[in-house]
Amino acid sequence: MKRSSILFALVTLALLSYAFYQGMFVAPTEATMGDVQRIFYYHLPHAWVAFLLFFTNFLASIWYLIRRSERSDALALASAEVGVVFCSVVLVTGPLWARPVWGIWWTWDARLTSTLVLWLIYVSYLVLRRFVTGGQTQVLAAALAIFGFIDVPIVYLSIRYFRTQHPQPVIGGGEGSGLDPRMWIAVLWNLAGFLALAVLLVRLRYSLALAENALEEAHASRALAPQQAEGGPAADPALKLGDKSR
Amino acid sequence: MKFLYLAYAATWTIHVVYLLYLLSRYRHLREERQELEKE
Repeated sequence: MKRSSILFALVTLALLSYAFYQGMFVAPTEATMGDVQRIFYYHLPHAWVAFLLFFTNFLASIWYLIRRSERSDALALASAEVGVVFCSVVLVTGPLWARPVWGIWWTWDARLTSTLVLWLIYVSYLVLRRFVTGGQTQVLAAALAIFGFIDVPIVYLSIRYFRTQHPQPVIGGGEGSGLDPRMWIAVLWNLAGFLALAVLLVRLRYSLALAENALEEAHASRALAPQQAEGGPAADPALKLGDKSR
Repeated sequence: MKFLYLAYAATWTIHVVYLLYLLSRYRHLREERQELEKE
């Protein structure tokens, strides 16, 4: 591991520790919900970071379709996978907050349902990349990612256009909405910490995808070397293309 | 407080499990690379 990566990991750990302290001990206790409202400091930043990762996947997929670049494909894969991890946290912390506050774990309102659909879209994307083999897998995955991203604005706007069990927006929600400034600080520290964690995970996954592609190419060229020496079918360039869909 | 602790624990469990998954894939990749070099 490079020294810069270790340094970045340490900075991330420090940011997350301070963000935890802010959320648990500095931010005031919410008047009606009590301490359970502190789940907000993990729930909201994870949702925002997941949106950002899916947006990265969307841009990288478009770039892949234009340029067929291996690096943009690896970035699309890495951002989708880490995005699913962050979205999973949203879907787990949401019900754990809902149970004591609403009295139910789950309801099929517009926000919750569209978030679950979003998670399922990107899980399908990862399943497609993992288990479908063939030369067009990456193109299909990029197309799915571009159409799948349509759900992100639907999730974001669902609480503005539909009556939902999920609360109306407290940030940018217009008159009567808003946060205590000390709560804002805790939100921003947690956002910074989890954003840094996301960058770290995407970097790791991106490097892994590129290294796996290189290894597959090495395997393919090793397998083809004797045939090439004999003047066999290795001349077909399509055979040299390993499946880089993972 | 039980739900708050559960939510924080679940968050960190998900991140740690994913990190371990990535590290195991790195280890597998290194082993495959070494095997390829031996051949």
